Amino acid sequence: MIIKLDIQRQRSSSEKPHIQSFSVDTDALASVAELLERINSEQIPDDPIQWERSCKQKKCGACAMVINGRPRLACDARVNEYPKGVIKLEPLKKFPVVCDLIVDRSIMFGHLKKLGAWLEGEAETRDNDISYEASRCLQCGCCLEVCPNFYPGGEFFGTAVLVPASRLIAQSPEEQKKRLYGEYGEHFYRGCGKSLSCKDICPAGIDTERLLVNSNAAAVWKRKYRKSKDSGPSE
Amino acid sequence: MINIIGAGLAGLSAAMTLAEKGMNCRLISAQPSERAQSVLAEGGINAALDTMGEGDDINLHFEETMKGGVMLADPNAVAALTGNAPAVVEKLCRLGVPFNRNADGSLMLRSFGGQKKKRTAFAKSSTGKMIMTALTDEVRKYENTGLVERFPHHTLVRLLIIDGSVSGVRIRDSYTGKMYDLAGPVIAAFGGPAGLFPSMTTGTVTNSGTAASVLFGQGVRFANLEMIQYHPTTMEIPGKRCLVSEAARGEGGRLFVRKDGFPWYFMEEKYPELGNLMPRDVVSREMYYVKSEYGDVFLDMTGISDDVWKNKLSDLRDEIMHYFSLDPKTDPIPVEPGIHYFMGGIYTDEHHRTNIPGLYAAGECACQYHGANRLGGNSMLGAVFGGMTAAESASRLPGLTDEIMETDPDDPVGGEVPAEFAKQVGKILSDGLGIVRSGDGIKKAADRLRVLKCSDAPEKLRKEFAHAMLLSALGRMESRGAHFREDCPDTTEIFSKTTVAEYIEGTVRITFEDIPERRNK
Ligand SMILES: Cc1cc2nc3c(=O)[nH]c(=O)nc-3n(C[C@H](O)[C@H](O)[C@H](O)COP(=O)(O)OP(=O)(O)OC[C@H]3O[C@@H](n4cnc5c(N)ncnc54)[C@H](O)[C@@H]3O)c2cc1C
Ligand code: SF4
Ligand code: SF4
Ligand code: FES
Repeated sequence: MIIKLDIQRQRSSSEKPHIQSFSVDTDALASVAELLERINSEQIPDDPIQWERSCKQKKCGACAMVINGRPRLACDARVNEYPKGVIKLEPLKKFPVVCDLIVDRSIMFGHLKKLGAWLEGEAETRDNDISYEASRCLQCGCCLEVCPNFYPGGEFFGTAVLVPASRLIAQSPEEQKKRLYGEYGEHFYRGCGKSLSCKDICPAGIDTERLLVNSNAAAVWKRKYRKSKDSGPSE
Repeated sequence: MINIIGAGLAGLSAAMTLAEKGMNCRLISAQPSERAQSVLAEGGINAALDTMGEGDDINLHFEETMKGGVMLADPNAVAALTGNAPAVVEKLCRLGVPFNRNADGSLMLRSFGGQKKKRTAFAKSSTGKMIMTALTDEVRKYENTGLVERFPHHTLVRLLIIDGSVSGVRIRDSYTGKMYDLAGPVIAAFGGPAGLFPSMTTGTVTNSGTAASVLFGQGVRFANLEMIQYHPTTMEIPGKRCLVSEAARGEGGRLFVRKDGFPWYFMEEKYPELGNLMPRDVVSREMYYVKSEYGDVFLDMTGISDDVWKNKLSDLRDEIMHYFSLDPKTDPIPVEPGIHYFMGGIYTDEHHRTNIPGLYAAGECACQYHGANRLGGNSMLGAVFGGMTAAESASRLPGLTDEIMETDPDDPVGGEVPAEFAKQVGKILSDGLGIVRSGDGIKKAADRLRVLKCSDAPEKLRKEFAHAMLLSALGRMESRGAHFREDCPDTTEIFSKTTVAEYIEGTVRITFEDIPERRNK
């Protein structure tokens, strides 16, 4: 089938973006990532579209971009999901553009640092299930793209910190929990409108709602009511 | 100040080790850790923890690693690896890796190829991702205190070598195009050169092979480049090969071909003791031969229990269903061997030092621990332990300055080669370096490579590095582990040596060096 691709391009963040269109003959099961590679090597080898990728297997988060209005991984989006035969590619909009489809996502890593996303002591392995789910985050940024409350530079850090923080909340020794809970409250709980726009967007299929409920329970509710002596999260 | 190139398992482990000693380092990587190839590792990490009541011990782990590598690995390095493996995995537990556990809370271990005991600790089928998350978080703690400084979108341009020693490294910020010279010793941890075989490996695009080519061109010696592991069970997906983890066989998956209309479980018949879990080189070669006679090889996982699917292999099942619309729980899946791991790499001694003072190497970019064939679960171990060991060594000579200088951005070295050129080199290499090789085939490949035109420095460097791979395979006139030559099918004592490739005055030179003797314990 013939696919038309409209790709937003700009050489740098200061340049005005424009759309360049391509048409590619492809089989229906090809991924958008594959089309980008083909366009680059077959049609514009001297001025290839800049985009990030690494695993090509939806496991590293590198290739996140906006595909027909939705943030997705290019290696996971298949041509047959777009039966109209027109695919528009834009960079993620909540991050500064480096060039073409590459954005600088360092703000996400900065947030994790600011939150204190690490263990101070030895992990307490009480809830492997939550830790496993929370450790799967790709730091791709798709969830931030759809979140109505997240904007860069704000104090609300969004699901991309909620998910990793959930592991640390589950595993932290008692003394560290207090600090984490405080940061969590300030940078996630207070800013989250619970609209759950982030729920079905995660390309890793992380059950963000479950982690949200769980971490809120641990970090906020249990502390408020002190009903249970065990402040660790539970299922 | 120490410069670490690569932020996968080996780089992170080196950074953590240095920081624990209170030493500063820079962690330089083409992309953030979340995008490193290490996150793809599925099956697990080996340690003779003996939690399954089978009487495993570190000596057996040592012996099986040496035997799996067909006696080509440095026995002193392997003894350190296997002896420290339990401590490494226990450390990972303390960092919060959610390994699967037995009812009594001890670590659950699974069977992996080439090993008679259950020895592989795992977190479902995403072990690499789980370890990477824990290590990334741990290193973040030291980023916060300033001991680790990240350069997460920066690629290696070249080593800075003065009077035969590494004095620093030149890197390029791929977001701004600016180049910087960073002073201090260098730990190479940039992973295996998957990009030498574009679309043909289970690895990542980021591991383009460019860093290895640059270092080779600068006189760094590489070892055993002919030892390329074909993983028996992979499937083609757009632009790469998708791994079906060895865990599938470890948990009961069986390989078969159709012979006279009936499934023939050839591995079980030919190798009654280890069956489907023979070392990977053996399984891949058997598959190559049975396929040429009987057609496609299938992996039958239909006998695996619901419980195992749910608790140990859920991610693998999701992946197969996603890409192939096949449910491995009910249908056998067609599988083929695919390039998966490079046993060869930068020639290091047991302390992870290289031939150039001030340069250390660890992880898949280095040749260490795995000899002629790596056992599943040993490479994550090798990357984490190797990173620790390289850091220990580098910490003894940490360099005198921590200068950073912006430099002329026009250095032609270190850039990526165009996709088309990479593809051509990949085709030549894969023709010469298949599962079954021959002297003639390798020579023909080398001839084709020789006439390939290159237009700039990156292309020339890639070509020379590819050439070194072919000449290493040509020089080893025997069969051993992953290197199987139809024209020299026997393993011979005279080649119980390390193949060493070096670039001297514009030519690739291959020599064979003795493997160190095992010291008394
Ligand atoms: C699909 C798959 C499954 C696997 N499963 C297992 C398993 O179950 N058990 C096991 O033991 N092993 C497994 N392995 C092997 C194991 O994962 C790797 O050998 C190991 O993780 C390598 O770690 P590393 O740190 O050396 O390199 P990598 O994780 O590859 O990291 C390389 C780093 O170098 C950076 N880099 C690359 N090039 C440059 C450059 N030019 N400049 C700057 N930075 C650069 C990258 O950005 C990255 O940060 C598997 C491998 C694959 C591909
Ligand atoms: S629930 Fe809504 S506000 Fe909260 S993180 Fe998700 S999208 Fe953002
Ligand atoms: S939670 Fe999901 S969508 Fe958000 S950064 Fe992590 S992997 Fe991406
Ligand atoms: S390239 Fe890794 S998620 Fe797409």
